[in-house]
Amino acid sequence: MAKVKGYVEVNTARCKGCNLCVVACPTDVLELQPREVNDRGYHYVYMKNPDECIGCANCGYVCPDGCLTVYRKKA
Amino acid sequence: MDTNNIISPENLVYAKPELMNDNHMHYCPGCSHGVVHKVIADVIMELGLQEKTIGIAPVGCAVFAYKYLDIDWQEAAHGRAPALATATKRLLPDRMVFTYQGDGDLAAIGTAETIHAANRGENIAIIFINNGIYGMTGGQMAPTTLKDMKTSTSPDGRNVQTMGNPLKILDMLALLDGVCLATRTSVHTPAAVKKTRRMIRLAFENSMAGKGTSIVEVVSTCNAGWKMTPAAANDWMVEHMFPVYPIGDLKNI
Repeated sequence: MAKVKGYVEVNTARCKGCNLCVVACPTDVLELQPREVNDRGYHYVYMKNPDECIGCANCGYVCPDGCLTVYRKKA
Repeated sequence: MDTNNIISPENLVYAKPELMNDNHMHYCPGCSHGVVHKVIADVIMELGLQEKTIGIAPVGCAVFAYKYLDIDWQEAAHGRAPALATATKRLLPDRMVFTYQGDGDLAAIGTAETIHAANRGENIAIIFINNGIYGMTGGQMAPTTLKDMKTSTSPDGRNVQTMGNPLKILDMLALLDGVCLATRTSVHTPAAVKKTRRMIRLAFENSMAGKGTSIVEVVSTCNAGWKMTPAAANDWMVEHMFPVYPIGDLKNI
C-alpha cells in the first residue's frame, strides 16, 4: 500500500492556541509550543511528530481561525 | 521525503477559504463562530455566489462578521436581521440573502421577527448559532440556557420554576408552513463540520430556488462564557446540550 505523507503549514501569527486541532489529530502530530508565543501572546501550534502526519486535514476542518494549510502526497 | 516536495498547489488538501480575509478575528480562542464563518465562505465559493450574496450581521459576538468575509453585508439592529433580510430579498430577488444570528439575537429579542419571517416563507437562509448563553455581554442567561446551567445572571443554575424552560425555537419554527428546512448540526468534529457544510449549502440553494425559509441551527460552544477550555467545552456540549437540542433534521422538504 502506498504510504501517504502529509504536512501542516501553520500561520503562527493567526493561531490562538485553542488546542482543538491537537485534540482532532488522529496520529498525535500536533502540539502547542510549550514556551514560544506569537505577537499576541498565544502558544501557537507546531508539528511535533511531522513524520506521522497523513494529511487527513482533520486539524484544518476544526480550526476556528483558518490558520492551518494541509498538504498530502503519496510517498 | 523533503517537506519542500509536499508543499505545492497540486498536493493541497485544505486551506483557509479565499473569501475569508486576513483580518485577525476577535473571537475567543476555540470559538465555534470561526468554524461556521469558514464553512459559509467555503459554500459561497463552491456555489459561485461571491457577487450575489448579501449577509445580514446580527448583534452579538458575530456583530463584526462583516470584517471577515469578503461579501456584501448589512448590519441589523438587535434581533431584526430576518426583517432586514426580508426587505433585501424582496428588493433584490436574484441575490442569496442569509442572516447569521446567535441565540440571544434570534431567540430572545428577535423572536417575533424570526417567527413571522419564517411564517411568511421568506426565501432567506437563517444560520442560528446556539450556545445557550449571551457570549458578548459576559455570559448572561439566554432563553436557550439549559435547566440548572450556571451563568452570570443565574449563578445557582437556571431554575425552571422562576426562569422558564430552555426555548426550543427550532422545533417551533419547524411547525410553520413557510419553512422548508429546519435542521440542527454542530461543528465539534471534522465529520460534524462536513455535515454542517452540506446543510448550509442546501439552505443557500433553497434560498436561490425560492423554496421558503431555511434554518440551520448550529449547536455551539462558548468556552469563555462556560468557563472551560475549548476541548472541554466540546465534551460538555455533547454531554449536556445534545440531549436537549438533538442533532438532525426536523424538517427537510
